[in-house]
Amino acid sequence: MAFDYDLLIIGAGPGGYVGAIRAAQLGMKVGIIEKDKAGGVCLNIGCIPSKSLVHQAEDFHSIGNLERMGVKVDLAGFDYGNVHAESRKAADQLSKGVGFLLKKNKVEYIQGTGIITGEHEVTVDGDKKISANNILIATGSRPRELKGFEFDGTTIMSSDDILMRTDLPKSMLVLGAGAIGCEFTHIMNRFGVEVTLVEMLDHILPTEDEESAKVLARSFKKRKITMYTSAKASPPRKENGKVILDVETKKGNKTLEAETLLVTVGRAANTEHIGLENVSISTENGFIQIGDYYQTSVDSIYAVGDVVSVTPQLAHVASKEAELVVEHLAGEKVEPRLDPTTIPTGVYTEPEVAGFGYTEEQAREQGYEAASNSFPIRGAGKSVAIEKTEGMVKIIYSTKTQEILGARIVGTQATDLIHELMLARSSELITTDISKMIHAHPTLSEALMEAARATEGWVIHA
Amino acid sequence: MAEKMLMLALSPTMEEGTIVSWSKQEGDKIENGDVVCEVETDKATMDYEAMQAGILLKILVPEGESAAVEQPIAVVGEEGEDISGLLKEIESQSAGQNEGQSAGQSRSASKSSAGASQAGGTDESGAGTSADAGGAAAQGAGSSEAAGGKTEGSEASEATGKGVAGAAQGGASEAGQSGVEGGRIKASPLARNLAKNAGIELSALQGQGSGPGGRVVKKDIEAAKAGGGAVAQAGPQATAKAAQYGAQKAPAPGSGLGTQPPVTSTGIEEQHIKIGRKRAIIAQRLSESKFSAPHYYLTTSLRTDPLTKARERINQQSVKAGGAKLSLNAFMMKLTAEAIKRHPIVNAAWKEQEIYIPGSIDIGLAVALEDGLITPVVRNCGGKGIRQIDAEVQELVAKARSGKLQPEEYSGASFSISNLGTYGVEQFTAIINPPASAIMAVGSVTREPVELENGSISFDNKMKLTLSCDHRVIDGAVGAAFLRDLKAMFENPMQALL
Repeated sequence: MAFDYDLLIIGAGPGGYVGAIRAAQLGMKVGIIEKDKAGGVCLNIGCIPSKSLVHQAEDFHSIGNLERMGVKVDLAGFDYGNVHAESRKAADQLSKGVGFLLKKNKVEYIQGTGIITGEHEVTVDGDKKISANNILIATGSRPRELKGFEFDGTTIMSSDDILMRTDLPKSMLVLGAGAIGCEFTHIMNRFGVEVTLVEMLDHILPTEDEESAKVLARSFKKRKITMYTSAKASPPRKENGKVILDVETKKGNKTLEAETLLVTVGRAANTEHIGLENVSISTENGFIQIGDYYQTSVDSIYAVGDVVSVTPQLAHVASKEAELVVEHLAGEKVEPRLDPTTIPTGVYTEPEVAGFGYTEEQAREQGYEAASNSFPIRGAGKSVAIEKTEGMVKIIYSTKTQEILGARIVGTQATDLIHELMLARSSELITTDISKMIHAHPTLSEALMEAARATEGWVIHA
Repeated sequence: MAEKMLMLALSPTMEEGTIVSWSKQEGDKIENGDVVCEVETDKATMDYEAMQAGILLKILVPEGESAAVEQPIAVVGEEGEDISGLLKEIESQSAGQNEGQSAGQSRSASKSSAGASQAGGTDESGAGTSADAGGAAAQGAGSSEAAGGKTEGSEASEATGKGVAGAAQGGASEAGQSGVEGGRIKASPLARNLAKNAGIELSALQGQGSGPGGRVVKKDIEAAKAGGGAVAQAGPQATAKAAQYGAQKAPAPGSGLGTQPPVTSTGIEEQHIKIGRKRAIIAQRLSESKFSAPHYYLTTSLRTDPLTKARERINQQSVKAGGAKLSLNAFMMKLTAEAIKRHPIVNAAWKEQEIYIPGSIDIGLAVALEDGLITPVVRNCGGKGIRQIDAEVQELVAKARSGKLQPEEYSGASFSISNLGTYGVEQFTAIINPPASAIMAVGSVTREPVELENGSISFDNKMKLTLSCDHRVIDGAVGAAFLRDLKAMFENPMQALL
């Protein structure tokens, strides 16, 4: 039986569009269905515009440095609307870029809402039936809404809402100190908003290594960001254009008040209204369950990215998973499922927080004779010159084989720096390979070399 | 002005050579290009041709003795020239070199020094089966290694000091003999550490790595460790594969961190194998071919269904009629002969003074035997039918297996075919079997996706053929045209009748 497409992808985010291009490269006839804009959350209301805000927040912050040089800056004309507009420009440019790439690779872009109506069939906008040999679900996620904290767009905001906001609030509460919560805390603080961060677990960045989180917490504290950890919030009240949040902490109850509340407590998978029930694909807590090669309970249908429960909800994870699925479909030999210890994470605050692999405790639980050593970013001369001395590099390694088991970097540009250690790990280089390699001076990368030396007990600059 | 004549690397893997005989004596005049001596390398005995002209003033390495590559073997200059200064210089250099070589080649020699000192004279074990972790390091001789290797090297030289130079050279030459190409084993630094800790010899995994470019990685060592356990249990009856993986021994003192439980069985026995006549001939002929014939390789991928389906039909009828099944090899030999008819130069031989095209297409089929490889030849494949070719192949192979093949039955092929497809090898390059100028390497049949005209994907059975050609005889375009026509015949056997 002939299908309209070899592969039909639902969702043109970083999972869908990468999968589509790769599939086209491998000779498949590919269609991709998107109800909003090419590039998905990542490009349009996620990673990209938020990085534009982070960047502009740093520019704004550096006004202080200009004044030190004697430059007088008149802030009277400052308009956050311009900042927002700039972030949209970046998003639009990249979204168009994705559209172009899809076109260039002869992927058919189908604007509309796709619902699976058969094992080989998707119906777009209720009437147009399209068939395909295989279907890939890459519908992504949306900000998770808590009961009693329903988003209203202005006083109770999701990350989508704050990214679309064209003015600055005077004060803001942030509920949930994960990567997204911390990034907006950072951005708003840089623009002079009074920010209070509330986290239910016992440290900010609760899924990150505690030592890394502490470095960021220290930095936040210096910047007069109020933080409450191990804090439980009751549903907020709205009074006189303010939002009031009762918080229960170990040190007693607090009543917090601000102009607006940002709720960043995770992201919910977009698995409703996509027709899973029509082909009886099973979900658990809203996530699609998958096999080794991301296949669902229906042979012809695969799922990747934020809708899948086994891997973290990150753009680069979705992209890689989509590549694997497509290569698998093309008959190439691929490794089953991503190994979570090979996935890098990044938090784009200042300092940044990046990492991969096991923490020391996790490595021990896995049976490794693990140890870890840290080196302060301050020890790399360049950090002093560029006035970004906060942070550290930590390498978790096997004392028996010098295998690199994981790493954490907190510091400026940590999200870029981490890749040297990742490449070392994936190529099975050992700590000595890094400690002995010449690193240019002055660079921040020298801190990585020194951290590797620390594992051998011979740092030079500490 | 007197000059040193240095030992040259006469083969890519050669690290030292033995002077078999001097054809020029002290006082003889040498012209550029003259054969001055015969040198036995790790692969073959070869003529050493002078690249200097003058009078052979002094022979430094007498017959029967060996010299490392780059070491001076003679002095050439003008008649009556005073060379005492030069000789003194050479003497002091060679004293320094013996030490310096291990230090200078820290990436290789100092590593092998560890092997030699721990194994107690590895230089005697010619077969390259040194059985401990140190030995494994010795096998890495000559590799340009990453920092991990260097550390090992420096540890080793600390431990053994300077007195290891001689042994280090032994280690290096051993690496050459053990079949480790260029002495380099591709392995990740982590895999090296794991292998060392587990007492696994990296050379046992050479070429079997699952990392990029065949690099031995952590996974491979873990698999080998699992295999090693099986060997210990299975004892002497361990399977060949397990034995291959299972080279284990207690970690050498100081090599690991002392946390590994001692393992008593090595899983592999140290052996000195005497080189039989057949092995000697294989070694000599193939190295000669590889070194003198400039090989180049052409690969094509073809659909096998047309040929295999035709063969199935023929065989069904044949069996019905009480006949024998015809082997795929016979079909391949016949089609090859037909393609050769269209490109006779593929059948030719390089005779130095001329290119000779024999009047008969004699195809050799490489057959693996326990003690080596033999290539029985079916004469005049161009003039015979598939059934007759098949019958002759069967007979020759049976003879080869029982060791009864006569020299005229395995020599003088004008073309050869080597088929490793049954081992699951997808593609490989073969060494031309002289006097032939080409050999075809046949890979396994694999299922591969193909795009159909309507854009959909379907799967085809495919096979890769790789033709090795001697460029002195067969130019690239000729080899390519031959392969193109052969492919067309495979994909449409009727073509052979045109």
